[in-house]
Amino acid sequence: MRRYSLLAALIVLAFVMLFPFLLVGLNAFKSPAEYSSGGPLALPDGIYLDGIVAFWDRVDFGRKLWNSLLISGCVAVGAVALSVLNAYALGIGRVRGRLWILVVFLVANTLPQEALVYPLYYLAKQVGLYDSRLFVILIFVVIQAAFGTYLLSAVLGRFPAEILEAAAIDGASKWRALWRIVVPISRPTLSVLLIFFFIWTWNEFFLPLVFLISNDNQTVPVALGVLQGDRLMDATMSSASALLGIVPAVVFFLIFQRTLTRGITVGAIK
Amino acid sequence: MRSRGYWLYLIPSLVLFVGVIVAPFLMNVATSFTRWSGVGTPEWIGFENYDRLLKDERFWASFQHNVALILAMAVVPTLLGLVLAAALFDYIAKKFGPRTASALRAAFYLPQVLPVAIAGVVWGWLLHPSYGAVNEIFGIDVNWLGDPSIALATVMAIMVWFQLGYPVVIFMAGLQRVDPALYEAAEIDGASWWRRFWHITVPQIRPEFFVVLLTCTIAALKVFGPIFVLTRGGPAGATMVPSYFSYLNFFQRVNVGYGSAIATVLALIIVVVTFLFLRVQERET
Repeated sequence: MRRYSLLAALIVLAFVMLFPFLLVGLNAFKSPAEYSSGGPLALPDGIYLDGIVAFWDRVDFGRKLWNSLLISGCVAVGAVALSVLNAYALGIGRVRGRLWILVVFLVANTLPQEALVYPLYYLAKQVGLYDSRLFVILIFVVIQAAFGTYLLSAVLGRFPAEILEAAAIDGASKWRALWRIVVPISRPTLSVLLIFFFIWTWNEFFLPLVFLISNDNQTVPVALGVLQGDRLMDATMSSASALLGIVPAVVFFLIFQRTLTRGITVGAIK
Repeated sequence: MRSRGYWLYLIPSLVLFVGVIVAPFLMNVATSFTRWSGVGTPEWIGFENYDRLLKDERFWASFQHNVALILAMAVVPTLLGLVLAAALFDYIAKKFGPRTASALRAAFYLPQVLPVAIAGVVWGWLLHPSYGAVNEIFGIDVNWLGDPSIALATVMAIMVWFQLGYPVVIFMAGLQRVDPALYEAAEIDGASWWRRFWHITVPQIRPEFFVVLLTCTIAALKVFGPIFVLTRGGPAGATMVPSYFSYLNFFQRVNVGYGSAIATVLALIIVVVTFLFLRVQERET
């Protein structure tokens, strides 16, 4: 009996954790009339898509998805490239003062974005990059690379020196050795970083909220976050908006699950 | 000989880091000593903003809320996560199979895959005062996020829900390292589950324990998205936090100097907390 009571308690807890997702899934497909007559727990009579379609059109959700994909994708690639260059110098090149450089990167990674936002906002306005996706990409490339450099330097610090020596004897330049030897061999670590940077950037809210103000440039979390509690939203439309925010996140998790669960302890250093 | 010339590879980063992090941060610190609305020339006022900060009740209240959120986002999830991870690893996985354990772990983890702002969107709907599902289901009429006496508690509960999966997953991964023979030997010796938890599980995942506590504490100090989405710091400042307080001063009250002072203090606190944690961790492990 005792054996099952702990299991039962954990199942109840799991149900509580999943309950919000179930409610969103259940009510996003109802009509407002169905919601007010049957309440949030009733099963929908059929698949009513008008709430989702209406919300999708209202916020031009396809556009937001594209913005989020574009920004997160560019940041992931850019930040990995920058991390590789840094880690090549720090981990393999062992340049002087590398410990201090790493500390600077680590501090940069823990700084709150609030302490950077206003000067960045001011600069963006001066150079005409306010409300531009390019500017947000640039900022996040640097922020994510701060973490990537820290992690990748440790990994490349253990890179077998004989391989690079052999390449140097064969006359390969440093630049060639980096792209032909170091990058291909480190591919597994780089792909973990790529996925993490993509998801972290997708999840960002504060800086995109400040810098992407026009409807054409907003990301998914910003568009949905700003509209939450809007007077023009009814119960089922709110549910539909929550669903549209949940689905991409869960899809990414399912696609990248194996890499993520392997790398999650890596991410813990962040 | 080979180690010459590698510093060239740091040049792109040097330029970008100075432009995006170092210079803006120093500008923020400099602005904190001025009175400035964002246009025109900032007026140098020395420590006046910091002086005002120390006397500002809303600022102190926002830090108290931050402490409450550290409890909700770091302390409670870490302790609860420790017990859950140990229960899943040392009991459920053995008695009911590893698949049951990983299914439960996945359920606990699911909220963590959401962008934190989307978690706010989900709960904003569930707790909506006029049509929210929670009130409808229980047939009650509670203004969860609009009543100043319970708004902070509501936000705290939401953040526990959001954070819980992270320590569970990290701790379970850490427990994979533990030699199963250790548990078996303890079991043969008749050690109770609680004793195994206290003498094997806890000491083994000490490093993870510190990392989780540190990362969650920093996340709690930085919290912005859920506050923006759920309450905008209200009602009547009941859920105001420093990050949102600085945002408000920057972009709505155009008190840029004051906002910069808040952001500088927040940055200082976070850096100090990080160093303290790293020191303690070094001594402990």
